[in-house]
Amino acid sequence: MSGAHSLSTSLFVPGTSPIHRLAPECKLVATVLFVFAVVSTPREAIWAYACYAAILAALIGIARLPFRAVLRRLVIELPFLAFAFFLPIVGRGERVDVLGMSLSVAGLWGAWNILVKGTLGVAASIVMSSTTPVPEILHGLEHLRLPKVFVSICAFMVRYADVVTGEMRRTRIACESRGHNPRWIWQARAVASSAGALFIRSYERGERVYLAMVSRGYAGAMPVLGHRRATRGDWSWALGVPALAGAVSLVAWTVG
Amino acid sequence: MTAGAALEVRSLVFAYPDGHQALFGVDLVVARGQRVALLGPNGAGKTTLVLHLNGIYTAAHGDVVVAGLPVVKEHLREIRRRVGIVFQDPDDQLFMPTVRDDVAFGPANLGLRGAELDARVAAALESVGMADHADRPPHHLSFGQRRRVAAATVLAMEPEILVLDEPSSNLDPAARREFADIVRALDMTTLMVTHDLPYALELCPRALVMNEGRIVADGPTREILADGALMAANRLELPFGFDPARC
Repeated sequence: MSGAHSLSTSLFVPGTSPIHRLAPECKLVATVLFVFAVVSTPREAIWAYACYAAILAALIGIARLPFRAVLRRLVIELPFLAFAFFLPIVGRGERVDVLGMSLSVAGLWGAWNILVKGTLGVAASIVMSSTTPVPEILHGLEHLRLPKVFVSICAFMVRYADVVTGEMRRTRIACESRGHNPRWIWQARAVASSAGALFIRSYERGERVYLAMVSRGYAGAMPVLGHRRATRGDWSWALGVPALAGAVSLVAWTVG
Repeated sequence: MTAGAALEVRSLVFAYPDGHQALFGVDLVVARGQRVALLGPNGAGKTTLVLHLNGIYTAAHGDVVVAGLPVVKEHLREIRRRVGIVFQDPDDQLFMPTVRDDVAFGPANLGLRGAELDARVAAALESVGMADHADRPPHHLSFGQRRRVAAATVLAMEPEILVLDEPSSNLDPAARREFADIVRALDMTTLMVTHDLPYALELCPRALVMNEGRIVADGPTREILADGALMAANRLELPFGFDPARC
């Protein structure tokens, strides 16, 4: 079992910064509000985006997150940005020449809009996920009164992602050990049937897990376990960030 | 009813809904404090029997009584506190995000909260030597550590009887010995389902042999393991070079 690559710790960067110590529900709420402030900012107010980036850079500094790791994690948004790169090419209306290419002005603004808002949003969630271990995020969701069934589904997913990927890896190794080397579409049959087998095995595991839960007195509701709750100080610290961002957005609307 | 028995099973009969009959009249009594091994080939009905002990399956005919309390619907909550089953695959048993939450799951279902719950969790983890790992996610532990935490999850419910399903499976020799040390130190009424005959001899003075849904032998473990005809009739075999008379 590979601890280093497992879902629940791959994002968390251990630390003792004030951001690490904040209650998880505060960080969740602050992240969502910050993203709202960013997406509601008019795209022409470029200075506002510089302010947001500065806020995030300050948070990354306070949390002592390695800057390069944050940049590396931003790569996850690339597939989503691919669409943005087409906008200036296929956009209509007024066009400008950039490096010999005729690009649509409206398309360029659209691409900028997606690029900057996406990047800032992902960066904000990276700050959150790098400073909060997954179990704490789950407790945070619970404290925020997210329906228990959703929290349970998330918790089981996190818990069993490694178990299921481990089974998947063993199945693949067993296939390859018997000379299977899937490269072409007509070899998909073996992959499909091993996916089916994996599904059945996971389903059966689900039944065994349920048996084990019932054996320990489970009667349909997960117990709410006492964990540290957010203090007033936590909330004011955490909400200060989106409040600042909201102020920036407001100024951008009134000035623009 | 046998006075002072931790567990009593009388003429237990059970058939699965598809008609397959798994138990054909099982009788057994385990005295308080006894450690008993339940041996038998695959398909003998051992797991089916175990799942009757805490009311997951209900007897079609016959009775199961745990420390004086019959296993019936009205008592299920208390029965599940009294019977702690440690399942074979710790990944089935450990499903919460951290070790601490997992160990707290059982006692929290019993209604414990706050300092009392914390004390239970701490004591259970302490008893299996895993107190330092309380805040780790279960999947970051070694297999042996996970099995120990799985034991802690039921110990936290302070059961009357501990049921271990294949406790030595998949453990390396050191982890297997460490787990044996824990079982000995707990000194509880224990029913141990196992194919690991030396382990049974090491930990359980008494053994039951089950085959085709019946208990076919009951006696001192050493004598049972030394009875070649009985062993062969029930697909039980000692590991190469192992002589129960000389242990």
